[in-house]
Amino acid sequence: MLILDCPCCGRAADETELEGGGEAHLTRFGPGASDDDFERYLFLRGNPKGVHFERWRHAYGCGKWFLAARCTTTLEVFGTYAAQTTAPPPEIVAAIKARRPNWEAPV
Amino acid sequence: MSTRLDHGGRLIDRDRPVTFRFNGKKMPGFAGDTVASALLANDRVMVGRSFKYHRPRGIVAAGPEEPNALLNMGRGPRFEPNQRATTTELFDGLEAESQNHWPSLEYDVGAINQLASRLLPAGFYYKTFIHPRPAWKHVFEPVIRNSAGLGKAPKDGDADRYEHFYWFTDILIVGGGIAGLQAALTAATSGLRVTLIEQTAHWGGRAPVDGAEIDGEWADEWVQGAVQALETMPNVTLRTRLMGAGVYDHGYVLGYERVSDHSPADDQPRHRLWKIRARQVITATGAIERPLSFPGNDLPGVMLASAVRDYAVNFAVSPGQRTVVVTNNDDAYLTALALVDVGQTVPAIVDARPAGGGELAQEVANHGVEVHLGAAIAGVTGRSRVEGVKITAQTGTGTDPTEIACDCVAMSGGWSPVVHLWSHCGGKLTWNAPLAMFQPDPERPPTGADGQGFVTAAGVAAGVPIERAGEGLSNFQTLRSATEAAQSVCVRLGRSVGDAAMPAVREVETAPLAPVWIMPDGADIRLREKMWLDFQNDVKVSDVQLAAQEGFESVEHTKRYTTLGMATDQGKLSNINGLAVLSKALDAEIPQVGTTTFRPPYTPISMAAIAGEARGKTFQPLRRTPMHDWHAANGAHWEPVGHWRRPYCYLHGSETPEQAVAREVRNTRANLGLLDASTLGKIVVKGPDACRFVDMLYTNKMSTLKPGRCRYGLMCSENGFLSDDGVVARIDAQTFLCHTTSGGADRIHAWMEDWLQCEWWDWQVYTANLTEQYAQIAVVGPNARKVLEKLGGSLDVSREALPFMGWAAGRLAGFDARAYRISFSGELSYEISVPAATGAEFWDLLIEAGEEFGAMPYGTEALHVMRAEKGFIMIGDETDGTVIPQDLGLDWAISKKKDDYLGKRAQERSHMTDPERWKLVGLETMDGSVLPDGAYAVGAGTNANGQRNMVGRVTSTYHSPTLDKGIAMGLVLHGSDRMGEVLEFPGTDGKTTRARIVDPVFYDPAGEKQNA
Repeated sequence: MLILDCPCCGRAADETELEGGGEAHLTRFGPGASDDDFERYLFLRGNPKGVHFERWRHAYGCGKWFLAARCTTTLEVFGTYAAQTTAPPPEIVAAIKARRPNWEAPV
Repeated sequence: MSTRLDHGGRLIDRDRPVTFRFNGKKMPGFAGDTVASALLANDRVMVGRSFKYHRPRGIVAAGPEEPNALLNMGRGPRFEPNQRATTTELFDGLEAESQNHWPSLEYDVGAINQLASRLLPAGFYYKTFIHPRPAWKHVFEPVIRNSAGLGKAPKDGDADRYEHFYWFTDILIVGGGIAGLQAALTAATSGLRVTLIEQTAHWGGRAPVDGAEIDGEWADEWVQGAVQALETMPNVTLRTRLMGAGVYDHGYVLGYERVSDHSPADDQPRHRLWKIRARQVITATGAIERPLSFPGNDLPGVMLASAVRDYAVNFAVSPGQRTVVVTNNDDAYLTALALVDVGQTVPAIVDARPAGGGELAQEVANHGVEVHLGAAIAGVTGRSRVEGVKITAQTGTGTDPTEIACDCVAMSGGWSPVVHLWSHCGGKLTWNAPLAMFQPDPERPPTGADGQGFVTAAGVAAGVPIERAGEGLSNFQTLRSATEAAQSVCVRLGRSVGDAAMPAVREVETAPLAPVWIMPDGADIRLREKMWLDFQNDVKVSDVQLAAQEGFESVEHTKRYTTLGMATDQGKLSNINGLAVLSKALDAEIPQVGTTTFRPPYTPISMAAIAGEARGKTFQPLRRTPMHDWHAANGAHWEPVGHWRRPYCYLHGSETPEQAVAREVRNTRANLGLLDASTLGKIVVKGPDACRFVDMLYTNKMSTLKPGRCRYGLMCSENGFLSDDGVVARIDAQTFLCHTTSGGADRIHAWMEDWLQCEWWDWQVYTANLTEQYAQIAVVGPNARKVLEKLGGSLDVSREALPFMGWAAGRLAGFDARAYRISFSGELSYEISVPAATGAEFWDLLIEAGEEFGAMPYGTEALHVMRAEKGFIMIGDETDGTVIPQDLGLDWAISKKKDDYLGKRAQERSHMTDPERWKLVGLETMDGSVLPDGAYAVGAGTNANGQRNMVGRVTSTYHSPTLDKGIAMGLVLHGSDRMGEVLEFPGTDGKTTRARIVDPVFYDPAGEKQNA
């Protein structure tokens, strides 16, 4: 039962208010994309043991989507941020680096 | 003989006698008794039978670790099976029955199993009941099921009330023994909110029973003082009968409060489930004593040493007249002293340690009790209760024992800290070799959102730091650990603690424990087959050894193979002993073998507490359309559709639903039908980029739709599979009204928002789900236009003004309305939408105005039949998450011109363009009967499993009242190229139905009626 801070409405949201949306920062591939690119977009997920970027929707709150950087093993939350980004913002990367010095952002 | 003593009893009130019934027999007890103590006071030592061998079982423990004393409690709507006698408080009129025996507790037919115990080893079921295959279903399973099972299932609905409660606190302390109290006293000085919960009705835990001395007084006095001090503190909340059931992510803790189990029907809720958010948790949950594995240790009368003194001190009950104490540590000597104190006889102490015990042992010896050092029990005599023990040397094989008469055996194999709550959310354990126990590793706690530990173990539950292991589990160590835990937790929360005095404790010098896992050490197989590890599930030392021998080396595999620790006590007594036996059999160290996973809840909690208030009418919200009450008053036969209730049909007089549906279909096709379509999803999509957005959502090119016009559209997932469908109305240049299926409205709205918020966030589009803002009524049939014209108003519904697939707004008989000329039935049809608040009134008006035109309401089943007659697909019937629009012959609704839409790339994948994909066809049975729903068509040949090859399946099937025959739709291999072919559909009843492949449009293929 996680608690995540919704960056849209500013509330600390209990997991019962949230809907998970899987891995964040996927690049959409549409018509014209190669089979490999499309497969990666639609089916392949990192599922890392450790730092994970994920999509959450404040479904029973403000209704907005947001993103969270979280450790899947320790449940540590490095930060939440707006869904309208294609990569984790610098302050989130810095927060992760501060706690996981050896962590490298996935390419 | 187990008896009530004449005086004493810390927890009972001799001035308040109560009466209860056990197996129908009336028995006396006192307020403050548990059911277990009251049974023992009445010499009821045997209280049940074991699961597998139906062996006699007696009370072993005095707390939640009890594996045997599970009873059926209460009657009628308050009946509940598998209640622990040791944790159930006695009240006047309580009724209890023993379980798992037939015909009676004393004479049980199933006990014959124990004669065959040599034939029922670990894995017996897995090995035996394999062949012949059909015998499992028809012979083995029914017999096994009949003989298995503990309590009876309740027959009546639950008469009690249950509730959920939310609670927020800075520090939650679980366990109200001296450690929990000392932790609370210390933490409270910080000013933080402190909540202290205790699972029993009493504060103080073991220390008062064990005669501890704190600050120069009996622990009981110190406990009372501590509770009084805490009660005056405004930042402290105290609760008894509230168990910490589970610890979860980010400081979430479930508490289980047994509010009125001890006072049923007193108008309070029975149980209350606490949903606690704590910033920090301190587990002061104490420890559980371990049994010793000696032959015959499962006989009624063999009990934990700590339980024997609990009964003597707390309840003035002596479980035996002559109690032999058997131990590998000093603690059991406390039991001997407690018994001698109340005038009972202890004929012998059997201490496995050659050097014996410390100060307590000396005290016991001073009372003249005979102590056998380096000794073991080689057997217990008696059939259904203890009559004597055989004493031998621990190092031997159990030959040449001396027999001592006794009627109770008090055993102690050392202690295991209660690490459950620590472990639930990922706290790790470490092995304390000197004390032979797993304890929390403070370096590896469960971590919270900040990455720091949020659980701290305190007191005995924390174990003992290895460097202090020599001090043993002392009261001083307990209080010091609690003080330190509270201090560190407060510091973690940014507060300092005041000067919390560390109480003075009288210390007792002890001798070290000797790890003894079986007794005697050299016991042969005949003796090891009589050493019980898991009393409830009948798992013995020999079973675990057999599992190891057969290759079940992982502790999790051994658990499942032998069922060790899988009983309702979840291995509270058996786990460590079983692990030790397994590690020895594998020749590995105990920490290398590891423990099984600790999962919540700590002890079973009631299902009703989990459900809380969510039952009956409050189980889930019921969505009602504005016309709901009219339907209810006019014979609606309800069908749940999502959270909605929709009329399946309306029953007239003595009609069956089938007859009603046929009538509604015929009337709609001949005259006029009215359908409450308010549940239809209605989502507005608006903005400068709305065109672009609907073109991505739908497979069609929606942006070319002109204002005032409607178009049927399909939505797919990114996987290409059909997800929803509905009619889109273009309201104006920047506005679309998207109709979705009834069940799909919320999902599709969320789907739209996902794309707008997370992918195309720079597109200027706004969506709103208006489903509940409008009532919608389908006015259907040859007389549809007549009734609307009769209503009058500015809304022109003529053929010229409002052609098929057009829509218009205006006033109808004084109502603001929109009319969409769309048809899901194939008839002349208008869907009229009015503001929800006027829906009921408008419906009444239509019913009244329609009377002269033969108006009748129709339900969802008539809707289904009519759409099937027209060959229209239904999401959820023709689709199942694996079907693409191309399978359904809907290529006409898929734009070839658009560069992109959701699902387009997926529909280009090789599997999606495979000509072997099954295609939608109509099916007409040869004999006019109705095809079974979901039936498969079989073709020539067989597959690799020897089953007949399948070439298609039925997706929708109905009796058509219009055509008076069975019609169906289905997906068939090469279906569209096989018109006229006859397929065979074998049914589950052994009969085969034959059906011809036809066009799916059975009714009015030219569309003359809907265009009229």
